[in-house]
Parts: sequence; structure tokens; C-alpha cells
Amino acid sequence: MAMDLITTNTSSGAASSSFTSSIDSTYKLYIFKFYDVNPATDAASFTFQVNATDDPGGDYDVSLITSTYFDIYHSEADGTPALEYRTAHDLAQAASFQPLTISLGNGADESAAGELHLFNPSSTTYVKHFYGATHYYQGADTAYSAYVGGYINDTTAIDDIQFKMASGNFDGTIKMYGVG
Amino acid sequence: MGIPTLISTSTASGASSVAITSGIDSTYDEYMFVITDQNPVSFAYIFGFQVSIDGGSNYNVACTSTFFMARQKEDGSGAALSYDTDGDQAQGTGYQPLAPNVHNDADAGCAGILHLFNPASTTYVKHFYSRFLSYQNDNPGTHDGGPQDCFGAGYFNTTSAVDAIQFQMNDGNFDGVIQMYGIA
Repeated sequence: MAMDLITTNTSSGAASSSFTSSIDSTYKLYIFKFYDVNPATDAASFTFQVNATDDPGGDYDVSLITSTYFDIYHSEADGTPALEYRTAHDLAQAASFQPLTISLGNGADESAAGELHLFNPSSTTYVKHFYGATHYYQGADTAYSAYVGGYINDTTAIDDIQFKMASGNFDGTIKMYGVG
Repeated sequence: MGIPTLISTSTASGASSVAITSGIDSTYDEYMFVITDQNPVSFAYIFGFQVSIDGGSNYNVACTSTFFMARQKEDGSGAALSYDTDGDQAQGTGYQPLAPNVHNDADAGCAGILHLFNPASTTYVKHFYSRFLSYQNDNPGTHDGGPQDCFGAGYFNTTSAVDAIQFQMNDGNFDGVIQMYGIA
């Protein structure tokens, strides 16, 4: 699978990281890879939302998302590990930001890395499917992996996406690639 | 230069381990290891990996990880999705499993992809995740196995740069092709 790097956003103490150009019909799949995501506020969720073309320059608060969210975790202290569905972090026709993590640690060496796949955002026929996998150092010294999947329930083309913490600012690098 | 960029190809033939000790640096944000044609000599052992922060002199960095898998046998029995405590570590310095219980029949083995994020960082721990499909078999001498879909993830708990990686079975030798790609 060959990918083209389209844009790199590097955040340092930023409230959000937005991609507001180049999401169009050029590619059938857009992959967002994020590295070294470190929040200012401990135990905040790393999240995303989109704008459709009928809400240009919008506030990322209109597009309805229905999603699933499960994670798996294991602590450095070898506490009981688990694989769990998280009803508090899925969405059901909600216009809020979709969590990619639950409680990301803000320690100096704590971070998240992962990727989000967004399929055919320029479609004017279908809902927009996505899935993501994020691997992160949770604030309680625990390895977490979160798996999210779902769709943006809109047949209008999607052309903007924004990533942010649910609370506070963050450092990190997010790269947008196009495939196909 | 395409993305991902092929950096190196290592071919194992009856090898006890495969170490990649060059090309892992700050050039790429992410390294992707694609393992194919993997086949162990010994029956039903674990294929795994560890990393080094000293150029390959030692492979023993503390790792905290998770592991779950889906599995089923060819006869339709044994279907399950479960956490596997044999595949995780809690600050362990052992080899992190990628695929357990790999069958050594001539047409068996495992294949999959391991992603290692920003190994050159001197600030953050080193996250990784893997997905491997293996032909598993619990019954030596039989051929009634089936697929195991294995999901591993976690971090190497070091802020030193990781500059080498090694793959091996926990017992016995193996054949296989390991391709290392860079993503920037």
C-alpha cells in the first residue's frame, strides 16, 4: 500500500490541530498518523471531529457520529489486565468529539501514538466510515490500546478534521497521508 | 521514494534469531516490520521480539504490554476471543510475543506486521503494536489446527533511543522473511 504524505501538523502546547485543506476526492482513503502526543492535563482524552462542506469553517460540532470503542490494558505493576467495551466513549448519533483514548498520561515520558483511517470523505452518497487504533501510556502507569470504529452519518462531503484533547493543550505530530 | 520505504530485508533459514542493527534511527517516525514465510523448526512455540538501546549488544528493555486474540479450529470448534496473559508483560525484559503456539508443519507458521513508533525519541517511551495470524495447533502430530488472530501492543519503558531489534522463537530455530519499512 503506497501512501502519499500530504500535510504534517506539529503542535506545541496547542489547543487543537486542524486539517482544513486537501481532504477531497483525490484519495479514497486518508490516514492520520500521530506520534508523541503528550497532553498538558493529566488523564485527558485525545479526540477528533470533522466539518462537512455544508459547514465550512464550522466549529466541529454538527456531524453526527455513531461508533464503537473498546480497549485493552495492562499495568506496569501487573494488575489484572482486561479487554473491555467502553460505553462511555462510544457515540450514538452525537456531534461531540470522538475519543481516541480515555486517560492519556501527561508525564514527561508519557505519550500516545496511533492512526486514524477515514474512508472516502468526499463521497456524497455514503456515510463516512472510520477506524482508529491508539496505543498510549495511561496516567496510572498502564499500557492501553484503544480501538475505535464507526461512521460519520452524513452524505455530505467531509473536508475538515480537527484533533484535540478533551481538556487542555497538547504537544504532538500528526501527519495526513492519502492512499489510492 | 515511496511511503512506506523498504529499508532492509532479512531472510532467516533455520536461524536461531534475526537481528536488525542498522537503519533504525531518527530518519523515520515509524518503522513497520512485515514478516512472511515464517515457519518454526520446533512445534508450538512462541515467535517474539525484543529491542536494544545499545546497538544490539543486549535485548532486554523493560516492556509493559497487552495481548488478545481470536481463534478457531478448522473443524469449527474452539472459537473464542480472549485476553491472553501468556502474551503480555509487566515491566518484563523478555521477548514480547507476536504469535504463540505456532505450528511447524511444512505449510504452517505465521505472518504479520509489527509497528514501532519513533524509536529514536529520547523523550518518550516507545509504543508498538502488532497483528499476526498464525496457524496454531494444540495437538502434536496432528493437523487439526486453525487460525489465531493475535493483537499485541504496549511500550518499551525507556527514554533512550532504540536502535536495534531482534526476532526469535522462544525455543528452536525458524525460517522467515523480515522486511523493515520506514514511514516518515
